[in-house]
Amino acid sequence: MLDLIGFGKTGWGNQYAAALLLVIELAVTSFGFGFVLGLLGAWAKLGHSRAARRLADVYTTIIRGVPELLVIWIVFFGSSIALQKIFALLGHDEYVEVDAFWSGVFALSIVFGAFSTEVLRGAFLAVPKGQIEAAKACGMSKVLIFRRIQFPQMVRFAIPGLSNLWLSLLKDTSLISVVALDEIIRVSRIAGEATHQPFTFYFAAAVLYLGLTTVSTAIQRPLERWADRGVRRV
Amino acid sequence: MEWSLYLESLQKFPDLVRGAGLTLELVFISLVLGFLLAVPVALARLSPNPLLRYPASAYTFFFRGTPLLVQIYLLYYGLGQFPWVTNGILWPVLREAFWCAIISFTLNTAAYQAELLRGAIAAVPHGEIEAARACGMNKFLIFRRITIPRALRLALPALGNEMILMLKSSAIVSTITLMDLMGTTRTIYARSLALELFFYAGVIYLVLTFVLTRLWGMLEWRLSRHLALQPMSRPAVPGEVARA
Repeated sequence: MLDLIGFGKTGWGNQYAAALLLVIELAVTSFGFGFVLGLLGAWAKLGHSRAARRLADVYTTIIRGVPELLVIWIVFFGSSIALQKIFALLGHDEYVEVDAFWSGVFALSIVFGAFSTEVLRGAFLAVPKGQIEAAKACGMSKVLIFRRIQFPQMVRFAIPGLSNLWLSLLKDTSLISVVALDEIIRVSRIAGEATHQPFTFYFAAAVLYLGLTTVSTAIQRPLERWADRGVRRV
Repeated sequence: MEWSLYLESLQKFPDLVRGAGLTLELVFISLVLGFLLAVPVALARLSPNPLLRYPASAYTFFFRGTPLLVQIYLLYYGLGQFPWVTNGILWPVLREAFWCAIISFTLNTAAYQAELLRGAIAAVPHGEIEAARACGMNKFLIFRRITIPRALRLALPALGNEMILMLKSSAIVSTITLMDLMGTTRTIYARSLALELFFYAGVIYLVLTFVLTRLWGMLEWRLSRHLALQPMSRPAVPGEVARA
C-alpha cells in the first residue's frame, strides 16, 4: 500500500502533495476574501444606511439558504457566460473558460462571506458600548476607534465562530472537485480509477482532510489565548 | 425572443419540483435514522466507561472531520474494491446510489447530532436531577423523565439548524447520479444550457429552507408553551450555526 500512496515511481505522493497544497491555497485565499466580505456585510448590517442593510440581508439570506454546490455551479457556468458576453462586446467571438481555481475561490468566498457576516456582526455587538464612548471621549477618530478598540476586541468574540466556519470552508473545498480542479478528491478519483483501488485512495483523502481539520483545531486554542492576551484574568 | 427562452426553461419547473421530492425524502429518512443512532452515540460519549467513550469519540471525530463528499464516495465508489463486499448479501443494497446516500448521510448527521445531544445532556441543570433523585426516582426513570425531555428541548434549535445543513448538503448526491433537485437541474442544464435553471433551483431550495425553519419554529414554540406566555425563541435563521 505504501508504494501506492508514497512518493516513489509508482506512488501518488507527489500528486497528493500538490493537491494538499492546492486545497490549503484555496481555503486560505477564500478565507481572506470571505473575511473582507464578512466585514463589509457586518458593517452594512450595523450601519445607518437602510439600503446597505437590506442588501446585506438579502445576501446572507440567499447564500445561507442554498447549497454550496449550487453557488459553485452558478459561479462556474455564470462567470464563463458573463465573460463570453463581455468578450463578444469587445469583438472577440470565442469560447472562454474561466480558471477553475479562481471560480472556486470566488464561490467559496461568497459562501464564507455570508456566514462570517453573521459571526462578525455578533462579535461587534459584543464589544461593550462604554469602551467606544470612552474612546470617543478621549478624542479618537472613528478609524482609530475601529483599529484600537473595536477590531481587537471583536476578534476575541469572533474566533470560535470563525474557527467553525474555517472548518466548514476546509471541507467545502472538496466540492470544488466538480469543476475539475486537481484537488484531493479529484486526485483520489484518478488514482482510484487507474489502480482499481478507489477505497484506498478515497480513504487517503479522508485522512488528509482529517489532518487538516485536526491541525486547525489544535491552532484554535493558542489563537484564542493570543486574542485574549489583554483580558484580565481572575 | 429572450423571454420565450426563459419560458421554455420554466416549463421544466415541475421536473425540478419532482427532484426536490427526492431531496426531501433523502433528508427526512437520514435525519430520523441519524437521530436514532445519535442518542446511543451521545450516551457513549458521556459514559465513564472508556470502552464506550473512545469508539464513540473516534466515530464523531472521523465523520465531523472529513467532508461528506469523501464519505459518500468511500461508500459508493470505494466499496466495489473489496470482493467480500461485492460477493456479500448486502451488495444489492450497497450498489444503489440511493442507499449509499442514505447510509452516508445517516452516519454523518448522527455524528453531528450526537455532539449536539451530548452538549444538551450536559447542560441539563444538576438541581433538577438531584431533585428527581430526592423524589426517589431510579437512574433509568430520571433519564426517561428528566434528562431526555430536558435535553431534547435544549437541543431543539441546534437540531433545526442541523436539518437545514443536511438539506443543503444533500445536493452532493447529484455527483453520484441521483436525480435530486440539484441532479435534475444539472441534467436539464446540460441539455439546454439555460443558466436560469440554477436560479429556479435556488428559489426552490430557499422555499424549502424557509418552510422547514418555520415548521421547526412552530414545534419549538409548541414544546415551550409551559415556559412563558409568548414564544420562547424566534424561529431559527437558516444555517445560523455553521457546520464544524
